[in-house]
Formats: sequence, structure tokens, C-alpha cells
Amino acid sequence: MNPIARLFGWAALVFGLLYFFIPLTGLVEFSLKARRGVYSLDAYAKVIGDPEFQATFGYSVLMALVTIVIGVLIVVPTAFWVRLKMPWARPYVEFITLLPLVIPAIVIVFGYIRLYNTSSWLPMTGSVMGTNILLAFGYTVLALPYMYRAVDTGLRTIDVATLTEAAQSLGAGWGTILGRIILPNVLVAVLSGAFLTFAIVIGEFTLAALLDRPAFGPYLQRIGANKPYEPFALAVISFGITWACMGLIQLVTRFSKHTRAQN
Amino acid sequence: MTPATPAPGTRPPRRLPLTWLGILPFLIFVTLFLILPTAHIVIGAFQDRSGAFTLQNIRDLNTGTIPSSYWISVKISVASAALGCLIGFAMAAAVTFGAVPRWIKAPLMTFSGVASNFAGVPLAFAFLATFGPVGLVTVFLRNNFGIVLQRDLGFNILSFWGLTITYLFFQIPLMILIITPALEGLRREWREAAEVLGATGTQYWRMIALPILFPSLLGTFALLFANAFGAVATAIALTGSSLNIVPIQLYAQIRGDVLGNPNLGYAMAFGMIVVTAIANLIYIWLRIRAERWLK
Repeated sequence: MNPIARLFGWAALVFGLLYFFIPLTGLVEFSLKARRGVYSLDAYAKVIGDPEFQATFGYSVLMALVTIVIGVLIVVPTAFWVRLKMPWARPYVEFITLLPLVIPAIVIVFGYIRLYNTSSWLPMTGSVMGTNILLAFGYTVLALPYMYRAVDTGLRTIDVATLTEAAQSLGAGWGTILGRIILPNVLVAVLSGAFLTFAIVIGEFTLAALLDRPAFGPYLQRIGANKPYEPFALAVISFGITWACMGLIQLVTRFSKHTRAQN
Repeated sequence: MTPATPAPGTRPPRRLPLTWLGILPFLIFVTLFLILPTAHIVIGAFQDRSGAFTLQNIRDLNTGTIPSSYWISVKISVASAALGCLIGFAMAAAVTFGAVPRWIKAPLMTFSGVASNFAGVPLAFAFLATFGPVGLVTVFLRNNFGIVLQRDLGFNILSFWGLTITYLFFQIPLMILIITPALEGLRREWREAAEVLGATGTQYWRMIALPILFPSLLGTFALLFANAFGAVATAIALTGSSLNIVPIQLYAQIRGDVLGNPNLGYAMAFGMIVVTAIANLIYIWLRIRAERWLK
């Protein structure tokens, strides 16, 4: 490697790292400036003590968990069944699961609002519970590309057909096969999909705002327009959550590699 | 929502093709919450208020502020995708070809995974805290060099360039994540073969590496473009409604029918799907071409 290329490489890397770290530094620094002249955690204390923060954050956490459960219930059996019985359908199913990356979220939610309004055949936006369910389904759609890909990759590493036949010959039904054989075997993949889903749902803005639900994303946007320092503390917290989710994905993946290596 | 169990009728004696029933819950789900809502918008774009077929809504896209909002959206998406590709490529190349120590690669990939998901409202706040009127960089430049960003450099975070550099924060990591495997696919033998035949480093890149990487590069560009084009939350949190881009205008339209014509709103959403779909089709087509070299 000649010196010019080396210099160029370092320049690109340093530039990129500055690009990543200056905004994060700016964010953290600003969030600590609530008290004049000194750094303090005042903004964090104020935010965490805000009942609206607790309510919206709790709501989004709950939504994320519901989304993960719905996602697992839909994706795991489908990916399993496609691998086992309908391998010819895999490209088509995969194509459908990638559609949410093509159709912008704002268009999907626009469709929900018009299709499931109070005067439609399925008036989901007519009641609070109905809207909550619609939001959870919407989040499941947004997470579908990531969840499906994670689970499908997990299924590739195990011998689905043999495991299924072995379980069947021991008298297991489909529920047992899925719940006690397949799911534990692809748990790591499901967990990485779940953490990614969590990171997506927790700060999601568009769906929650347009369906008018009290989620964390819209709260963050609203408080950003009204308060001086608190929104920056909230942004730090939500970056921390994204970071933690990605860290957990790394951790479970590494953990699974270790256990496999020991066998 | 129930586990995909086959219907009772799938036992061997009756050989009706019923295996597809296993993915029925999935099909019902995506039909109800992905296909139908999108189809509703697309069909609505070609209907007038009474439900009759018309192309008027598509024609009306060319009125008022709509063309300019599409134009500025496209410009921001192209600029952030192009710069994202360029910077991301340079960084990925630096860690892949050993210009910088090897151990940097793994943390950089992990960080890229995080940063490419760090879009939305918090990202807008990070850039406001850095380049906003009292942001870290703004204040630093003012106190140490006497440069006022807005006055001396004409820079404003609530503008075309402001939005572009904000989007770059997730565009660059996405580029790194996608292009690194492609760079790793460049075999050492190709370079050595070129050198044996007397090629210089520049010639190797111009005549071998870049043509092989070209589909990946262009494909990733298309993906980054679509990614920026559909971004709503960052734009709204950063600029409120002061910058007239398509997602913000559509957001306002859904909220309060600011265009005064619901079907024109459908047409706008349809336009968004068309733009992102074209970008994604280019990405998929080029990725299939690129994969020929990556075995």
C-alpha cells in the first residue's frame, strides 16, 4: 500500500468519524447545559420526572413488545412453512416482505386512515383500542423486512425437514413442532429481529403521529418545538436505546456462536 | 395470528393442493395491512370525487407548489445519496484495503449498524444541537474564528444543505454496511493479475475494480435515494413546515387536506411510491447483476 493511498484512507476515516461524533457530542453537550454556566443533569431529571414522558415512553415500550409478539407469530410459522413445504414460493414471500422498504411509511398509514376510518367496513380508527391494534399491525409491517430476513437466515442454519420429521414421528403436532422445536432453534435470529423491531418502534414518528396515538416519537417532536433543553436529553436517551438494542443483537449472536463452538 | 397449521383436509388421501393454507395468516395480514391500503391510495389517485376514472389528479400534480416540492425532494435525495456513496465508499475502502489498522473495521461496522437506524426525530435534534443557532459548532466557530455560519457562509440548518448533511448521518453508514461485502468480493488475484500485466494502481481501479463494483455502487445509490426520499420524521422535526418537500406536504395533506382535494393527496402519495419503486427496482436489478461477481 503506497503512502498516498494510506494518507487518503486515514483522511476518509477521520473525516467520517468526525462526521459521526461531532453531532453526537453536540447533542450530549447541549443536553447538559440546562443550568447556566455549569454542566448538569437537570434536563434529564426534568424529563424523567415528566408524567407525559413516562406515559408516552411506557406506551411505546408496550407497543414495541406487542409488535414483536405479532411479528414472531406471523413470521416464524410462515418462514418455516415456506422452507418446509413451499420452497418455490420463497422469492414471492420474500418480495412481499421487502415491500415496506419500497412503499414509504407515510403512504401506508395514509391508506390505513382512508381504508379503516369510521365509515368503512372495518372501522378500526373508530375506537382507541382499534387504533392501538392498527398501530401495532402497522409497526409489524414496518418491521417485516428485518424480522423475516432474520428468521429466514436463522432457519437456513438448521435442518428444518429432518427436525420436523423427527418430531412428527415422536407424535408432535404442528403447535409443538413450532413452539418447542423450531422456535428454540432460531431463537437467536428471532431475538435479533426483536431488538431491531424494538429500536424501530420506540422512536417511530410518522405512524403514531398520523394515527394520533400518544407515543414517544410524537412526544419528542412536540416537546422539541416547546422546550429548550429537554428534547436534547430525550434524544440522548433514545440514541442510548438504539445503541443498547444493537449491542444486544451483537451479544446474542456472539453468545450463540460460542455455544455452538463448544458442541 | 394462529400458528400456521394446515387445514384438516391436507392428509394424504385427498390430494388437493392445500399446502398454501399454511401461509394463509401471513397472506391475510399483508393483504389487509400492506397491499389493500396501498392499492386504495393507488386507485384513489385515478378517481375523481364521485369515484369515476380520471387522469386529472395526475395532471394536477403539475400545479401549485407540488412540482417544486417534488423537485426539492429529489434534489435533497440525490445530493445526500451521492455524497453518502462517496464518503461511505472512501471509508469502506480505507478499512477493507488496509490503509488503516484492521481492528477499526469491526467497531466501524457495528457503529454503522446503529447509526443507519438512528434516523427520525432524535437525529434532527443532534444536528440542531450542533449546527443550530446556539449549537456546538456554530458557537465554536463564532467564538474562535469570528465566523457566523448563517451570515458568512450562508449556511442554515433549516435548508436544503442543512437537511442534506443531516440525512448523510444515516446515509454514510448504510453505504458502508452495503458496500463493504462488495469490496471484500474483489479478489486479490485480479489485482495481482493486473499488476503482472503491467497495470498501474489507477489503471486497475479504472479498468477492473470500478467496472465490477459499478452495479453495486449504482444500486446502493438508488437505495440511498429511496431511503432519503421517504424520510418524514427527520424533516418534520428539523424544519417544521418551513421546507417544502414531498413527505412534509403529504403529512400536512393527511392532517388537514391542505390541497383541498383528497384525491390529489392520493396522487401525491402515488407519486412517492412511483419514485421509490423505480429507485428500488434499479437497486434490485443491479444487485442481481453485481452478485455474478460475488461468490
